[in-house]
Amino acid sequence: MKRILKSFCAALLALLPVVAVAQIDGEFVKPRNGKFLLKNATVVTVTKGTLKNTSVLLENGKISQVGTTLSSEGAEVIDCTGMFIYPGIIDGGTRLGLVEVSSVPETVDYSDVGNVTPNMQALTTVNPNSEAIGVTRVSGVTTVLTVPTGGLFPGTAALINLNGYTPDQMYGGFKAVAMTFPSSGRRGRFDRRSDEDIKKDGEKAMKEANDIWENAKSYLELKKSGAELTYYPEMDQLSKVIAGELSLLIEVNSASDILNAIKWVEGKNIKVIFTGVAEGWRVAEQIAKAKIPVVTGPIQDLPTRGSDRYDTPYANAGMLAKAGVKVALRTDEEENVRNLPFHAAFAAAYGLGKEEALKAVTINPAEIFGVADQYGSVEAGKRANLIVSTGDPFETRSQIHHVFIDGYRIPMSNRHIRLYQEFLERSPGLKTN
Amino acid sequence: MKKHIYLLAAFFGLGVGMSQAQVQKGSVLIKNATVLTVTKGNLESSDVLVENGVITQIGKNLTAPAGITAIDATGKYVMPGIIDAHSHVGLDVVNEASAPITAEIRMKDVVNPQDLGIYRALAGGVTISHAMHGSANVVGGQNATLKHRWGSEDPAAIIMQDAPRTIKFALGENPTRVHGRGNGIQPRSRMGVEAVIRNGFNEAIQYKKGWEKYNLAKAQKGNILTPPAYSERLQTLVDILDGKIIIHCHSYRADEIYMLINVIKDFNIKKVVFQHTNEGFKVAPEIAEYTMGASVFADWWAYKMEVYYSTAYNAAILQKNGAITSINSDSAELIRHLYHEAGKTQRYGGLTDEEALAMITINPAKQLGIEDKVGSIEVGKQADLVIFEGHPLSSYAVPQMTFVDGVKYFDRKADKEDQRQFVAATEMVEPIFLRANEEAHRCMQDVDKYFEAFQGAFMNGKQ
Repeated sequence: MKRILKSFCAALLALLPVVAVAQIDGEFVKPRNGKFLLKNATVVTVTKGTLKNTSVLLENGKISQVGTTLSSEGAEVIDCTGMFIYPGIIDGGTRLGLVEVSSVPETVDYSDVGNVTPNMQALTTVNPNSEAIGVTRVSGVTTVLTVPTGGLFPGTAALINLNGYTPDQMYGGFKAVAMTFPSSGRRGRFDRRSDEDIKKDGEKAMKEANDIWENAKSYLELKKSGAELTYYPEMDQLSKVIAGELSLLIEVNSASDILNAIKWVEGKNIKVIFTGVAEGWRVAEQIAKAKIPVVTGPIQDLPTRGSDRYDTPYANAGMLAKAGVKVALRTDEEENVRNLPFHAAFAAAYGLGKEEALKAVTINPAEIFGVADQYGSVEAGKRANLIVSTGDPFETRSQIHHVFIDGYRIPMSNRHIRLYQEFLERSPGLKTN
Repeated sequence: MKKHIYLLAAFFGLGVGMSQAQVQKGSVLIKNATVLTVTKGNLESSDVLVENGVITQIGKNLTAPAGITAIDATGKYVMPGIIDAHSHVGLDVVNEASAPITAEIRMKDVVNPQDLGIYRALAGGVTISHAMHGSANVVGGQNATLKHRWGSEDPAAIIMQDAPRTIKFALGENPTRVHGRGNGIQPRSRMGVEAVIRNGFNEAIQYKKGWEKYNLAKAQKGNILTPPAYSERLQTLVDILDGKIIIHCHSYRADEIYMLINVIKDFNIKKVVFQHTNEGFKVAPEIAEYTMGASVFADWWAYKMEVYYSTAYNAAILQKNGAITSINSDSAELIRHLYHEAGKTQRYGGLTDEEALAMITINPAKQLGIEDKVGSIEVGKQADLVIFEGHPLSSYAVPQMTFVDGVKYFDRKADKEDQRQFVAATEMVEPIFLRANEEAHRCMQDVDKYFEAFQGAFMNGKQ
């Protein structure tokens, strides 16, 4: 009896430490900074070709070396034999971090009251802990432009990296004032305005845009002349576009609107990016001639008109590129930004080609956003944003094994993956007790 | 006399036409392809012979019988026509939201064979879609299984007449929003949803008993019992209880899925498929044991509260727990690339090619009760086939030709600039559909009037 009691006590004692930590069972893996040697991979640099049996050294948040005989001294070595290294994928237009659950208005922050609110900062409202960020980055999308939407000038977009605990830690060094170009067309089945009304609304919106622009110009001239100005944050923000300090990101989609936008931009001498550009293929030559870069997408989308060929949304990027337009891609998404590589694959298959499609989600957006010195390719000196995959990251059958953002090794986990781990073999299973 | 027959035929007019629509059947020999049969493995450099709409031979070096066209598919892939178990393509109206139970409603009454969405689906290799009632009420209407015989003007010609009846049920946010919050009647909560279903079935049982009693008495001499009032609504619920109709239930959360499983156990109903089922992974063993499985999105989540706790690994978890699992679209956009959506089960859960392809072919066929007719490439099955450039699970795959009953309805090389069959005379200026994705989800179409108080949430479009 005593012996039993003794062993019982021993058993209890043995259990103690387990009981003590039960409240915080399991380890949480955090993003980790350090010096990493990614050894012996096929490196798809994007700008300098594809290099076999090559290693990449990451330190101090940068790609410090790319080569075949790199020293592993002081570095954590990650064997990448048989794997591929790509630059981090960039989505040129999203609402990532600005919304959590789209049907719950309390969580929707990409749009504010008013038609002219260029001073609304996407970067202010980016939620670094949005579930969608963790879900997105393990797909290889490391950097996105996150864009306010709504009125004529809905706010200021910001480039963010998908790692960090504050918006400033995430900030990727590029901002642009968003503009929704006044539309002259019918917006689908639910738009029941008469043709006359649509025309009038279009003209009215265009006039408003022009008036606002003139005001902003006057504001800038006054500011330059040293005049004492009352607080006018909307005009202040727009004047930065006129002064060339900020780009103007113009959302424009139908062919006639695109042509109007080209005309509107002409002679303004500002930095312009067109985005959306769903019907770009109809006026690709004109866009190319105007030398305006384009962030187009979503690619997996429906044709804009019933009379269009079924594949026009897939083929649009390719047709733009063929005409000589510099093209980047976007999902225009929030929680589904992780699908960007697949959008790129569709663009590739329907005319853009694999190589150009890869550029359209790496070096091209980097160049369009003026950050190509830091992003968009695997080259020494650039930010350590890259991914390691078992194959082409545009293929669903490939697995992304590692993601690095700003030199941080990102844990390959998120709620989707944790739910998989918990529920694949649920315990208890079918039994009711 | 003959005149009388004509008159009679004219009298029954529509009814006769509806049930005996002429369906075109074709013959073709597809040569030298990689044949992905789905149920019998992959066959390299093989041929598929189709005669009069049916697959008659699969093998190497088949020769085309006289009069049958041969198509060289060297280097290409052939797979069974893709089946979408959740769609609203080809429907003029989606919701009859006037009561929590509208079981008498039939989607086959609102089929529009000229909906361009059908051609666009064919261009994505989809040959069959389950055209469903919306999710505005707990028991919605009866769905129609469509065969994408593009070009017909006759609704009956695109309805798969040999498919069993199915009906839409809906749980969770949508029905509680429309009736509880929108109209102040039950259900306002998931408790109320259960009550509506149980009350409905119990009323149906009473109704059935009433008729049985009457039919028994009718046979007796001197019967004075009058027949009960006929109700198409209750009769449909009786047909569900009698196993004549497959329930396809819009659902998201595990609790509501589990609730319906308990209900069907109590009423001894076996034929239930869960639709959307975003939290199906949490009750995968129960779904596998008691139902005909789940038809899910590949990766949609977070567009509303009840899908916030989703995982893209849902399909893989369900599959690995033994549930029949299919990938659906519920969208005029997604339906165009279901082969790609199926491929996502390889990223999220590492499913095999065969498992992934089954999710858009034989598995949805099982859930629609048509697996003996379609869903795989086998001798004797209806010749719904797709030829792909590239493996269909590759992100770069491009569908080249799509056949329904051996008739080619899509050919990428013969694709015209404008494929519309019908342009409304009132259409002066062609509308431009920007962000068309948001209009592509129609589960809650036609219920705008219930949502004046909830515009923001509804107008988002995703369901």
